[in-house]
Amino acid sequence: MRYKSRVNALIRQIIYYRQAYLLMLPFLVLFSVFIIWPVILSLVMSFTNYNLFQKPEFVGFYNYFKLFFKDDIFLLAFQNTLKFALITGPIGYLMCFFFAWVINELHPKVRSVMTLIFYAPSIAGNVFVIWLVIFDGDMYGYLNSLLTSFGIIDGPIQWLSDPKYMMSTVIIVQLWISLGTSFLTLRAGFNTVDTQYYEAAAIDGIRNRWQELWYVTLPMMQPHLALSAVLSVTAAFASDRVATVMTGFPSTNYATHMLIHHLQDYGLIRHERGYAAAIATVIFLLTVFFNYLFQRFLRRTGR
Amino acid sequence: MSRPQKLQMRSKRLNRSLGGNIAITIILLIFGLYSLLPMVMAVNQSLKPLSELFIYPPKVFVRKPTFDNFRSLYELISTSMVPFSRYLFNTVFVSVVGTVVHILMASMCAFPLAKYTKMPGNKFISAVIVYSLMINPTVADIANYQTMARFNLTDTYWSILLPAFASSFGLYLLKQFIVQIPDSLIEAAKIDGCGDIRINFSIIMPNVRPAWLTLALFSFQNLWNGTNSTYIYSEQMKSLPYALSQLTSGGISRAGASAAVVVIMMIIPVVFFLLTQSKILETMATSGLKD
Repeated sequence: MRYKSRVNALIRQIIYYRQAYLLMLPFLVLFSVFIIWPVILSLVMSFTNYNLFQKPEFVGFYNYFKLFFKDDIFLLAFQNTLKFALITGPIGYLMCFFFAWVINELHPKVRSVMTLIFYAPSIAGNVFVIWLVIFDGDMYGYLNSLLTSFGIIDGPIQWLSDPKYMMSTVIIVQLWISLGTSFLTLRAGFNTVDTQYYEAAAIDGIRNRWQELWYVTLPMMQPHLALSAVLSVTAAFASDRVATVMTGFPSTNYATHMLIHHLQDYGLIRHERGYAAAIATVIFLLTVFFNYLFQRFLRRTGR
Repeated sequence: MSRPQKLQMRSKRLNRSLGGNIAITIILLIFGLYSLLPMVMAVNQSLKPLSELFIYPPKVFVRKPTFDNFRSLYELISTSMVPFSRYLFNTVFVSVVGTVVHILMASMCAFPLAKYTKMPGNKFISAVIVYSLMINPTVADIANYQTMARFNLTDTYWSILLPAFASSFGLYLLKQFIVQIPDSLIEAAKIDGCGDIRINFSIIMPNVRPAWLTLALFSFQNLWNGTNSTYIYSEQMKSLPYALSQLTSGGISRAGASAAVVVIMMIIPVVFFLLTQSKILETMATSGLKD
């Protein structure tokens, strides 16, 4: 009886909110089909040998087994991705945070100019291709010519095709465009902290700006820190464009081959979609795992 | 000097050491250069005449600026197989339609999520949307290709537009912004006999203009810069960035033209942000992720 009345209450509620549901419908349909469904479908496909030519068969964990035990290039891509993400993620995040903090204390006019300067690289489309000229492998490259004129190097260095330097080059360029949405989120976050708290804290014996940052600002900005962390971590595991443009795809000796490249290779070029789905699932799980770690870490600020 | 101003002056000086200020200024200058210099280089590169593009040692600043590169870009364009206006149309069409419909759909969905917290399913949907921020569009590509092929959407504008309409980050930002609109406004409208649909379009939407602009910036920038080559294969459907990258991949002989491309493509998003900065920061101020 109670169960039935609860169902009735629910139905009444749904009827009461019918217009609201109607409003939400278009977005939610597309959102489910193009954002949520792909994750589920990838997970399902990753247990099959689906390709364009044969009937798909259930193969259990074979794709994952193959990835981690038989595919050397995958393992290399895995290492590269971890290296790339664990450097660009945290450093990018710290840069966003530090510059948002510093810029927030400037004079309002300078503030908006500096915000533009730091944010522009990330929205200005393909402007990072200019780094190709800077890192050009012959003497006409800005960096090579600069280093030569100071006598630091004798001959040009192949920044973009020598496996020794490729990853660092890509990381430098990625950091250059990393002050994106996270940066704006934090810039705005610093604005929301009421200045009265700073005065109160100063009276309570906060001595310098670092203490002020740790004990006052960070706890107040927790929600902004959390959001920008999600954005930074997620981007770190799926940025392929810089590497593709700078060092090519496939890159020399796979030195900057990332998981995303491996995914594109199998999914869109070789059409082994079951296998590609397994790679997609690995990337997704990595992203979720590191997001979880980062969020736990952030809860400890200000203590 | 009035009292609040005096207070602000003093609070600015609290806890600040001169050494710290100097150190921070120096760091800011160095990284400001790191951020700015490549942009300046790009602009200068695009204005260099051929003779200056290949001198040694290379110079950052142009000495005799010319628009030759833009002119030669124009010539390259007029010899391409598909009329250039078609690429331009594709990108402008997709960017504008994608952005406008995205804002409409997201606002329709964000209003109930933000304001009707007692609605059945609200908590679940909101949670899914937050978690979906961790999903990368590229990771979804393979599965989406499958869906697109099933519904015969590959090689149409829909294949770019439909996923762009449903960007969850835009919805999330709008929702966070709408939360702060006072409930009394909505209740008053209800008493006056407004339905939810009308409330959304005549009360919520006009009150969240900063949030629209923010969504517009993110969505537009994303579509404007998109090469869209995953689901599109016929040449006349390709986007401007794709076409330009093809045109300028001709190696060093087109170095100047390729810099011209970069400059043209960067102007619109940068100017957009320049004009809307304060509104965007106002929106991002409400964007925090609370657990």
